[in-house]
Amino acid sequence: MTAALRGRSRGVVKPAGLRAGWLAGGIVAVLVAAIAGLAFGSVSLPPGGVAIELLNLLPGVHLHSGLTTREVAILTELRLPRVVLGLLVGGLLALAGAAYQGVFRNPLADPHLLGVAAGAGLGVTAVISLRTGAVGDVTSDLPIGVPVAAFAGALIAVAMTWLLGAAGGRDRSPATLILAGVAVSAFLAAGQTYLLQRNVETLREVYSWLLGRLATAGWHDVLIVLPYAVLTAVIVLSQRRELDVLTVGDEEATGLGLHPQRSRYLLIVAASLGTAAAVSVSGLIGFVGIIVPHTMRLLAGPSYRSILPLSVLFGGAFLALADLFARTAGGQAEIPIGVITAFFGAPFFIVVLRRSRAVSS
Amino acid sequence: MSDLAIRVQALRVRLDGNLIVDGVDLDVARGEWVTVIGPNGAGKSTALRAIGGLLPFAGTVELNGTPVDRLHRRERAKTIATVTQSPTVPSAMRVLDYALLGRTPYIAPLGRESVADIAAVEEVLESLDVTRFADRRLETLSGGERQRVFLARALAQGAGVLLLDEPTSALDIGHQQEVLELIDRLRQERALTVLTTMHDLTTAGEYADRIVLLAEGTVVAAGTAREVLTEENLAKHYRVRVRVIEGEHGPLVVPVRS
Repeated sequence: MTAALRGRSRGVVKPAGLRAGWLAGGIVAVLVAAIAGLAFGSVSLPPGGVAIELLNLLPGVHLHSGLTTREVAILTELRLPRVVLGLLVGGLLALAGAAYQGVFRNPLADPHLLGVAAGAGLGVTAVISLRTGAVGDVTSDLPIGVPVAAFAGALIAVAMTWLLGAAGGRDRSPATLILAGVAVSAFLAAGQTYLLQRNVETLREVYSWLLGRLATAGWHDVLIVLPYAVLTAVIVLSQRRELDVLTVGDEEATGLGLHPQRSRYLLIVAASLGTAAAVSVSGLIGFVGIIVPHTMRLLAGPSYRSILPLSVLFGGAFLALADLFARTAGGQAEIPIGVITAFFGAPFFIVVLRRSRAVSS
Repeated sequence: MSDLAIRVQALRVRLDGNLIVDGVDLDVARGEWVTVIGPNGAGKSTALRAIGGLLPFAGTVELNGTPVDRLHRRERAKTIATVTQSPTVPSAMRVLDYALLGRTPYIAPLGRESVADIAAVEEVLESLDVTRFADRRLETLSGGERQRVFLARALAQGAGVLLLDEPTSALDIGHQQEVLELIDRLRQERALTVLTTMHDLTTAGEYADRIVLLAEGTVVAAGTAREVLTEENLAKHYRVRVRVIEGEHGPLVVPVRS
């Protein structure tokens, strides 16, 4: 009798986790975004030919795509690194956001939470201000020192937040860390405002960085982010079940045999490192880190075992598509990608939110 | 091997610098049900959480003869399971997934639930009569149903020792009785050792083999319900006037206005 009941319930109720259908959906989304991002732009390329050229990148594959040599060069030298960068940065920001939301048990937690944005902002402002008057052209190329300054500023800010968080006791509760992040952000933002006031002529450059953009420095930026992206993804994804257990609170997680504090530190370090790397090449792209994980939660369920991997895939696809809009929608002038993510992300999120409420009630 | 499932000696627990539990000695034999009573602030919950390994403490706590600090966290979680007074209800989590969290000590880091883990949880859900809720969100269940699911998570840990902090505090008297009967049935079926805290003195006396009365962080009386639940003991430590009447399953404690 029990066997029959057990057999029946196993068929009906499956444990939480990543469903094959969602994983496939995520991979399709990445491929569609990649091919669209590669095919469209100032010069349009046939999507079929683009897909074939992508296959040609695999070792041992030589197919005829019908693209000219110049078109292949546009594809592999200009567009491919930018699309790959979009996938990496989007995936990283969404993953870091999901990790922060789990660690802090706060649905509003954001990859820029612990002072990353303010630290990177101050670093970039300092570099651009110190180099006053050297370059007149401020359209697209930022000085080489900018990614380094953003990365260093972000990590220094997180370290400050971490040290300040210890003032509220050695265990650094989530609330203390968030408050410390607010204080550090305010402090660093004041420094940035001061520098900007002193060097008003750099305002436009700094501003364009603050709004976020995917740089076009070829494969160089991709190679900067890649190791951090891999490290962050490996660490955060390894803690996906722990994040589910942490939802019952630290005390009970301890009772279940976990070490909540250790998991939390590991996740914060990994997510902050990944965010700093993303910020260093793309500036401050908002919204992705909040919108994507919540959308995944509403659509595919509350388990971090599905939220984390799906955030990587859909976050990447979302940002690659947003970048396509940024490049093409505004004519010659690129629209800052942060504007696009917020402009499309917010209404989309409202639709998802309403739909999921309708389903659950 | 020791006959004691729990042996606590000179347990001291500090919370934010305040000494809440001050030298508690407590033994629970295998298969026994012991209930800790005491006025608010006596340190009942704190002592229970320390014994369950949820809080740091000084003194010794032995589980089945082994000091807990020699057990790995996972081993401890397979030996003793705690249901706190008001467990956090994770938003949107389904009953099956919540109960499966109880299998955490059996799942290797980076691993996932095995078929055996799922089968163990399904068996527990079945015996608690909550299988029909398996696909429901925990937050949509009533208080009594939730309490069963909290118990299911604890039983899924496969531990022989169950610590229950005020298992009936959120329930009406009908559901209180139902849950306590359920715990007693499970204790017999699964040869569990049960240590609970409880506010209702009559109920505490009816279900427990032994009662421990805690006041200001120390044990002031221990023994059978008849020995502990006396008008003098309760007057002294609860500052209350009660009448204790002989009942079918133990003394009935009735407060009277002075």
